Amino acid sequence: MPSYIALSYGDLALAAVLVLVDGALSLLLDLDIHRQLLVATLRMVVQLALMGVVLTALFRIVSPFWTAVAGLVMVGFAGREIVARQERRLAGFWAYGLGTVSMMVSATLVTILALTTAIRPQPWFNPRYAIPLLGMILGNAMTGISLGLNAFTTGLSQRRPAVEAQLMLGATRRQALGPVVRQSLRSALMPTINAMSAMGLVSLPGMMTGQILGGVAPAEAVRYQLLIMFLIAGGTGIGAVAAVMAGLYRLTDARHRLRLDRLRSPAR
Amino acid sequence: MATLDVRTLRRPGLAAVSFRIQSGECLAVQGASGAGKTLLLRAIADLDPADGDVALDGVSREAMPAPRWRRLVGYLPAESGWWAETVREHFLDWAKALALIRRLGFAEDPAGWPIARLSTGERQRLALARALAMEPQALLLDEPTASLDPTSVATVEAMVRERRDRGACVLWVTHDGVQAARVATRRLCIEAGRAWEEGTHGCPAISL
Repeated sequence: MPSYIALSYGDLALAAVLVLVDGALSLLLDLDIHRQLLVATLRMVVQLALMGVVLTALFRIVSPFWTAVAGLVMVGFAGREIVARQERRLAGFWAYGLGTVSMMVSATLVTILALTTAIRPQPWFNPRYAIPLLGMILGNAMTGISLGLNAFTTGLSQRRPAVEAQLMLGATRRQALGPVVRQSLRSALMPTINAMSAMGLVSLPGMMTGQILGGVAPAEAVRYQLLIMFLIAGGTGIGAVAAVMAGLYRLTDARHRLRLDRLRSPAR
Repeated sequence: MATLDVRTLRRPGLAAVSFRIQSGECLAVQGASGAGKTLLLRAIADLDPADGDVALDGVSREAMPAPRWRRLVGYLPAESGWWAETVREHFLDWAKALALIRRLGFAEDPAGWPIARLSTGERQRLALARALAMEPQALLLDEPTASLDPTSVATVEAMVRERRDRGACVLWVTHDGVQAARVATRRLCIEAGRAWEEGTHGCPAISL
């Protein structure tokens, strides 16, 4: 007997009327967003329905192979999102590869750490735990890495005279790029720090809310939420450092030159 | 003592160029804007990839780490770069720099001055002091007196002259032919990415 209240399609239909209200407002006030609203709503319904089907299948077969495939697909989409958020992209493979590999390594590391030490499901790769965990860590690492990389490439382009002035005076590439690297990593971690500061006072995190609605005792839900936030902080930090340091080496060379020719011009 | 050897140095926008600046010499580089003067200086300073080789006293730059090369071959670009808030943070050895800075016409100690409030001429003089404080053996100067008053111009020329007397070699980019004749021993003309020694292709010699 489940301790939560199941929702029927009828219940959802009623709530969906609220989106129709938004659409009506858009028409009434000439906001011209009803088409986007419709597409976004349909996308959400289809994507989540698919996710439900996929997760049901994954949870039933509990296969390490298919769990890994699902994880890789998620990483792939998140990697595309990182590229889309860059104002100045690295040329060639690096535009996609650098952020994606950093994110994959950090998120996988942190997820496996949590699965094998804190949560310890049976078996340890059990997709019921692994996939939602990876999803939450990926989402945040993605934001951190894209913010960090964007601040890095923008900072280097804008502060090129200052960076090269240091190189001319005999600084190494790590010394000369240091200020920009530090600024980028601060940008990358700021959303995580802000989220942790406001959590519990201003915002009730979605996962915790979900667990409480699902019948979990609040104290239990809080412990899970804390675990997730620690994992997110770690995954975002490791991923952003990896991405920005890799960016440092990609945008300089062994002769300690700044190689902004390895960036494509601004997207817009 | 330092001799700078540029051997078939070439890069996009600059055809192969070779020349030697002996210890104590000053080579004036002249040419229209966009002709490739800055490309040449950046290539010598190893700030951009270029083919060919540059050597100081017979030692190729490839034989040493780039940061060491740039300390030996000091490049002063036309636009100076600043990475910190105040003047002092841009100098390793302030006491040593301050002597140079005072000579360049700063009556007060500018250590705590914010960079954002410096005039173009002040930046130019401070950047020169910063480069000279490294004690480079070769100097690559890109319009070092462009926005200075006549007194400061004379001081800068005298200070560079002292470095030459101590054995440094100098490459000096200037639009001013009179200044070139005053400070340099030879001339190199750059036109549309090609460099000509004085006496060839209409590049006038500096009469001594």
